[in-house]
Amino acid sequence: MESYALLLAATLNAGTVLALAALGLLLNEKSGIVNLGAEGMMLCAAIAGFAAVVHTGNDWLGFAAGMGAGALLAALFGWLVIWLNTNPYATGLALSLFGAGFSAFAGIAYVQAKLPERTQWVVPVLGDIPWIGPALFRQHPLVYVTMALVVALVFWFGRSRSGLILRAVGESHESAHALGYPVRRIRLAAVVAGGALCGLSGAYLSVVYTPLWVEGMVAGKGWIALALTTFATWRPARVLLGAYLFGGVTMLQFHLQGVGVDIPSQFLDMLPYLATIVVLALISRNPDWIRVNMPASLGKPFTPSS
Amino acid sequence: MTDLTQRRLLQAAALITLATAALVGCGKKEEPAAAAPAATPAAKPAPLKIAFAYVGPVGDGGWTFAHDNGRKAIEKEFGDKVVTSFVEKVPESADAERVIRDMAGQGNTLIFGTTFGYMEPMLKVAADTKGVKFEHATGYKTAENMRTYDSRTYEGAYMAGVIAGKMTKSNTLGVVGSIPIPEVIRNINSFTLGAQSVNPKVKTRVVWVGDWFNPPKETEAATALINGGADVLMQNTDSSAVLQTAEKMGKRAFGWDSDMTAYGPKAHLGSAVINWAPYYIKATRDALEGKWTTGQAWWGVKEGAIDMVSIAADVPDETKKKIDEVKAGLKDGSFAIWKGPIVGQDGKEVLKKDEVADDKFLGGINFYVKGVEGKIPGGK
Repeated sequence: MESYALLLAATLNAGTVLALAALGLLLNEKSGIVNLGAEGMMLCAAIAGFAAVVHTGNDWLGFAAGMGAGALLAALFGWLVIWLNTNPYATGLALSLFGAGFSAFAGIAYVQAKLPERTQWVVPVLGDIPWIGPALFRQHPLVYVTMALVVALVFWFGRSRSGLILRAVGESHESAHALGYPVRRIRLAAVVAGGALCGLSGAYLSVVYTPLWVEGMVAGKGWIALALTTFATWRPARVLLGAYLFGGVTMLQFHLQGVGVDIPSQFLDMLPYLATIVVLALISRNPDWIRVNMPASLGKPFTPSS
Repeated sequence: MTDLTQRRLLQAAALITLATAALVGCGKKEEPAAAAPAATPAAKPAPLKIAFAYVGPVGDGGWTFAHDNGRKAIEKEFGDKVVTSFVEKVPESADAERVIRDMAGQGNTLIFGTTFGYMEPMLKVAADTKGVKFEHATGYKTAENMRTYDSRTYEGAYMAGVIAGKMTKSNTLGVVGSIPIPEVIRNINSFTLGAQSVNPKVKTRVVWVGDWFNPPKETEAATALINGGADVLMQNTDSSAVLQTAEKMGKRAFGWDSDMTAYGPKAHLGSAVINWAPYYIKATRDALEGKWTTGQAWWGVKEGAIDMVSIAADVPDETKKKIDEVKAGLKDGSFAIWKGPIVGQDGKEVLKKDEVADDKFLGGINFYVKGVEGKIPGGK
């Protein structure tokens, strides 16, 4: 039984990496922008965060550096796509490729670098409960922050004025513009905030999860996060569940191998994408589903006609 | 700014403009062996130009790092009689042929390729450039001017097993495997045999990650093994991630290919290292003295190519003594790791009593020995 508690704990940990990035991308997409650059932003944030921790010894500065790196790249992306109206898909792909190359270059000196000793986090009292403690209450604080962030986003998108404005921009930029909202600036803010979340995810990966730096270490997690937003039909709570699901599949596969059940890891690697295609096919069959869930202006260019 | 960083900067500039991953870091450096003497009294023969193609970055802390130490040993040994250079991160694809052909074109007459995947590209180039001698690591095809060399990494795995068998409390060992080829399966088996030699109760669990170098996956695999009850881990992958995971989770592990003590000082039980220097020096000497002939070399503890180093302080003296005995036995030939009776996972005897496996047998191991749990992916 103990091993299942640890499996659950590992799942939450793996899911957090995916969830943080996917929530950032969700924020982008709710405002109507698709950013395919998640992989590149996460890689740059991973090296920025790792380098910051190597030099300062402080994990939180590492997270800040990662968020900064993600936000900076996202701002560049936002400026290109929102103001210069470049093709968002091509720009996002370029960002991913650039991020992969640039992070490899910037990280040369850090390949063998070591972080200060990692802290074991245990929630007082709760962490000592048998089974439940090791499963749920011995996680890094960011795991809980991510859960809280999901609750906050659910309320923000549904209940707050600013959240509704953001969604309005994503649903119909023309109407939002006619109502006098600064569509482009709102979108840029969403893109930058989303980039910061992707950055936090990248820094979590290199500072807490692995924790070391090697080039290309994000290894497709950015693409899974991108697939997750669609898989979750743009609902924050489903994003979190989907992230835990995909994180759990990876951990379960290694767990099963360890006890002698043979599943090729390559098969499981493709599952998230397969699931996304299935969900896309399902929601495309039902126009109501799309209307309810998908931001109507997603990926459409906007030029204010004033 | 040094020449090195300047080149890297140029590379990055190229990257930024082209935004393409294809160009990432085929960093090329030439390092003169030693400062040229101020005045040469007599005409000396031109130095032997030696080139190395590496699959990973020299900073990987494992496989490629160990090869680069071998290259440095050549420079130290032969001084200004040689000039060495290397190209790192050469993919195991058509690019390898281009890089190796380029090396031959630049006047290198001894070329080392340090990964299995360069076998076919090197064969092709070797057929076209007869004047150049090729040394290919871990392969099995040779030519008139191309020979192979490898190290008996399973000897290091066996010694790690001896320590692991003594140090485990749960009697469950874990191995993070890369790709299920005979070399890796042989190492898993040898690790288990070593552990069984001191502790018959141990069993070994294996998790395959399908990659030589993928630290996040290695971390996840190590976590799964520890969660499943393994308390001593070994890895046949190229990074230090498994050792670091053990450090984080309060378990024990080994360094592989290079001494990895620094990556997990508390978890580190010892490092099974490969020392390529003796072979590289021999190969260079062969080439310098015109004695180079084709062949296949497989070096181990006996030739100084494999060692178990930096054994942790809390490993009992009797175990350290046992390791010394194993090393001595391997050196003088009185001890063989693969000596019967050895029983396969299915209970069938694979080596009869007192039968010693030959290199052909070792090269084709595709089964687990008794004590290893699970199935080989894609195996029977």
